[in-house]
Amino acid sequence: MDEVFIAVKDLTYIYNRDNAGGYRALSGIDLEVKAGEFLVIAGPNGSGKSTLARLFNAMLKPSGGRVIVAGMDTMIPENVWEIRRRVGMVFQNPDNQIVSSLVEEDAAFGAENLGLPAEEVQKRVAETLRLTGLSQYASHAPHLLSGGQKQKLAIAGVLVMRPSCLVLDEPTSMLDPAGRDELMETLIRLNRTMKVTVVLVTHFMEEAVLADRVVVLSDGRIAISGPPAMVFAEVELLAGIGLKLPAALEIAHGLRKRGFPLPQEILTIYDLLAYFKNKALED
Amino acid sequence: MSSIIEIVQLTHIYSPGTPFQVTSLDSISLDIKKGVFFAIIGSTGSGKSTLVRHFNGLLTPTAGKVRVCGIDTADKRQRRNLWRSVGLVFQQPEQQLFEETVFADVAFGPRNMGLTEAEVTERVHEALRLVGLDPLAASRMSPFHLSGGVRRKAAIAGVLALRPQILILDEPTAGLDPQGKRQLMEHVEEFRRREGATIILVTHDMEEVALMAERVAVLNRGRLVMEGSPREIFSRAAELTAIGLDLPAPARLMRQLRLLGKPVRTDVLTVAEAEEEIAVLLGETLC
Repeated sequence: MDEVFIAVKDLTYIYNRDNAGGYRALSGIDLEVKAGEFLVIAGPNGSGKSTLARLFNAMLKPSGGRVIVAGMDTMIPENVWEIRRRVGMVFQNPDNQIVSSLVEEDAAFGAENLGLPAEEVQKRVAETLRLTGLSQYASHAPHLLSGGQKQKLAIAGVLVMRPSCLVLDEPTSMLDPAGRDELMETLIRLNRTMKVTVVLVTHFMEEAVLADRVVVLSDGRIAISGPPAMVFAEVELLAGIGLKLPAALEIAHGLRKRGFPLPQEILTIYDLLAYFKNKALED
Repeated sequence: MSSIIEIVQLTHIYSPGTPFQVTSLDSISLDIKKGVFFAIIGSTGSGKSTLVRHFNGLLTPTAGKVRVCGIDTADKRQRRNLWRSVGLVFQQPEQQLFEETVFADVAFGPRNMGLTEAEVTERVHEALRLVGLDPLAASRMSPFHLSGGVRRKAAIAGVLALRPQILILDEPTAGLDPQGKRQLMEHVEEFRRREGATIILVTHDMEEVALMAERVAVLNRGRLVMEGSPREIFSRAAELTAIGLDLPAPARLMRQLRLLGKPVRTDVLTVAEAEEEIAVLLGETLC
């Protein structure tokens, strides 16, 4: 998993650079996304998360520094097509990403645009609908799907182009609890079994604890980056930039303050439960 | 306390008599008291947004009755009075900003009410302060050069400036960071206390419901399936998960601990309550 898929070097991004009212959204970002990694980008509103995500597939071009995707510089126009095929984007609002009146047609759209033969398109559509758990809805109208299913269809529409990496910008923020769980399970499955690199931009710290690594942005800079256990140990730093711990960590942190020696590895409710189970065995 | 919204056997059917006919609300009866913080939850497509659009007469019942502030919303002539007393903040309200400055955008509503310029300015200042924006800076800021969170606040201020008796918020915190969520909810609560307003909150965030709401209604497929205090609602875990909802994380933890045979309360709602329960539990095992 050590192969670098996206390399970001001293990246700066300024909106409206040509005007006096230019706004610096990112400064001095150095970051590597490894092939097969599940990376979460977290940070408060306005910290530059979405801007960074859009630089990963050349939707935005750096104002300074470089973004290299699978060895290709996003600044070079000839690379853009191939970069976008390899890095698929999914956005917040599922309703804005659906183009067809049938689920299978919507999923086929991207593959058809690649100019693939019809048989290949059909094969890929069947495969992606299976991967996203939508096979049974193939001939349904997308607007009759639930929010979570629509968002999975948006992912299917990207997966059909067989990207090596999915970049998702707050894909769960408009979903209900069941939809959120469903989507996270799908992402984890794609990452584990299909080795798809996942970059997930999110405000939900409960989602961040499931990642291999968390990068926290604040005011356009990387505030901290590392495995979830390490990042979430920095309680004061996170609170200072307006982020909140997941409930299980908040409870564990409060208990430690009261003098109970809980292990640092506790990230989720299940970790807390496992701790109590083991404790019960010891007693 | 008197009722401010009375709903009797409300049914709403979209596109009736066409092949696209959908029954979105099915025989809902509900009473909302004046001044209460009321939450409406339910999975996507359960009818939450359709229901709240009946509260300001934007939609009217296919069958049944909706009375808001004593006005029957089916009465066309009376209905327009509701637009002043009921403020509705749609999902992603920041997409509705249109003026050149944040100040002008917030002032748009009050100006249309025929207030004097001094009154308009006073209301705009108060509304901006309520959402944590600086009124002086707002007269210079264009709404289109701000981050999503700040734009959301500006859009909500535009509705607060109308000083509605009933404030309806449809998923107001979706997409906001944790601090932004907390601040917004605190501002809404402050508005409620100051104005004695009734708050109707549509949300997918169970922690928000646990923290803020006094009463909760649960919708599933257009039907009202539960109504009660957050503690009552979140004690019915199995029913909630069956309809795609969830418990607040602290409540989930307590329930699991109880399954392990630990003597903890299961009607816990907040992180602080959960911490207290576990501290007692750990204290006993340590001694």
